[in-house]
Amino acid sequence: MASHTGELTPAVRVKDLHRSFNKAGGVLNGLDLDIAPGEFVALLGRSGSGKSTLLRALAGLDRGVTGTGRIEVPEKVSVVFQDSRLLPWKRLLDNVTLGLRVANAAERGVQALAEVGVAGREKAWPHELSGGEQQRAALARSLVRDPELLLADEPFGALDALTRIRMHTLLRKLCEVHQPAVLLVTHDVDEAIVLADRVIVLDDGVVRHDARIDIHGRRSQADPAFARLRAQLLTELGVEDDHDAPGRPTRAHLDERAAS
Amino acid sequence: MTATLTAPSRPAAAVEDVRPVRRRLGPGKPIRFGGLIGIAVLLAIWIVGSATGLIDERNLSAPWTVVTTAETLIENGRLQESLITSGIRAAIGLGLGVVVGIVLALLSGLSRIGETLIDGPVQVKRSIPTLALIPLLLLWFGIGEPFKILTIALAVFVPIYIHTHNGLRTIEGRYAELAETLGVTRWEFIRHVVLPGAMPGFLLGLRFAVTSSLLALVVVEVINATSGIGHMITLASNYGQTDIIVVGLVVYALLGVTADAAVRLIERKALSWRRTLAS
Repeated sequence: MASHTGELTPAVRVKDLHRSFNKAGGVLNGLDLDIAPGEFVALLGRSGSGKSTLLRALAGLDRGVTGTGRIEVPEKVSVVFQDSRLLPWKRLLDNVTLGLRVANAAERGVQALAEVGVAGREKAWPHELSGGEQQRAALARSLVRDPELLLADEPFGALDALTRIRMHTLLRKLCEVHQPAVLLVTHDVDEAIVLADRVIVLDDGVVRHDARIDIHGRRSQADPAFARLRAQLLTELGVEDDHDAPGRPTRAHLDERAAS
Repeated sequence: MTATLTAPSRPAAAVEDVRPVRRRLGPGKPIRFGGLIGIAVLLAIWIVGSATGLIDERNLSAPWTVVTTAETLIENGRLQESLITSGIRAAIGLGLGVVVGIVLALLSGLSRIGETLIDGPVQVKRSIPTLALIPLLLLWFGIGEPFKILTIALAVFVPIYIHTHNGLRTIEGRYAELAETLGVTRWEFIRHVVLPGAMPGFLLGLRFAVTSSLLALVVVEVINATSGIGHMITLASNYGQTDIIVVGLVVYALLGVTADAAVRLIERKALSWRRTLAS
């Protein structure tokens, strides 16, 4: 909201950001972006549109990449990667509390693990967990640090579809409790609509589309507003959505085959 | 229809087990105590050969002679004394080499300056067999204990360095990146990421190092020693006492096997996080 009305100091302020990996052309070409405290922003874009470059710039992980511009981020920033990035030689709790400098680190770690739904696995090795549980632990590791900004780079990209739905519910719940500003990089338009307060489409290194999601209450794919938004975003991404086009085998058709 | 398929292993059983079976191409199930059977066969050949006189006593003593000789050597304390001397020598040399190897690997693996100064010389040292340095080391240090321990340490630090350094360098960059986002200090990074990450490499190096240390031990003891297993063997060789030589060799073998087992035990404890060993 703040990014539109300016009533609050933004959590993230990016001005005229340029980044390039070679002389041929920039990946980010003068990008501007504000994110309000507690705002959940989903970042969509085709491969190579600069999504990850922007996220890495905000995370301070793009040393050695040439570029100009101005980035202001909060002091406490947490990053969730596509892989859980748990250290395989540390037990789960030690992974969660790694580098955590508070008095009751272990206690906080146990709480965080319980919060993401992997209570009782504190002593487990990361490889003993399923992919979903590993990613839950990665979320716990991020949130135990009380971040003012949570950067997530396709955090559910490697999970199966059912686990992903559960993770969406979890992430929404966690964000309601902890209220960090969130920048979620994703390929998944549905994921963006389900989770975010605001969706940004990146193209050729600048913001091409920036819209708040005005679906109130539960966001269901059955909602016509959801479908409209989805179609609109897909168009922005240059994808022809033919899911609703006639002529495809219908459910009824499939059921028939299953019955025979 | 089912009659054409392979019959179940227990036809009388009520539970059906009918399945297509393919011809096995792999080596199949492991044989229990398979590793020991070859050794037993070799021992049997030795026993039969000595009993029938096919093996000349002057070339290789009979097994029972070796056993009685071992008993005598233990009774008069010569074997234990030699074993302790050799064991301490190997242990000190190994310890020194391991420490030097780890320190150099850390310096070289964690800083570019360290790498430019250390890695080149170590690679050069690696291409010179340590045993070829013995003439020079003899001139510098004489034939005393320092010479022996240094030779062993020199043989040991190279595999430790190479494998630890390699282990360090193959720690995935994404873990370093993670550590950066968590804001850990350099020391925390070394302690929680670098050292455990390099542990598999180090332990592999340690296994090579143990073998190297025993090899170097044998050489320094055989070349010029006044004590130790090697000295015992050299003396026996001068007098043609093959029984004592065999006793010495058995002791060397036991040293090697024990040391290797110890390293494997450490490996199992230290790498319990690895799925490959856990399952």
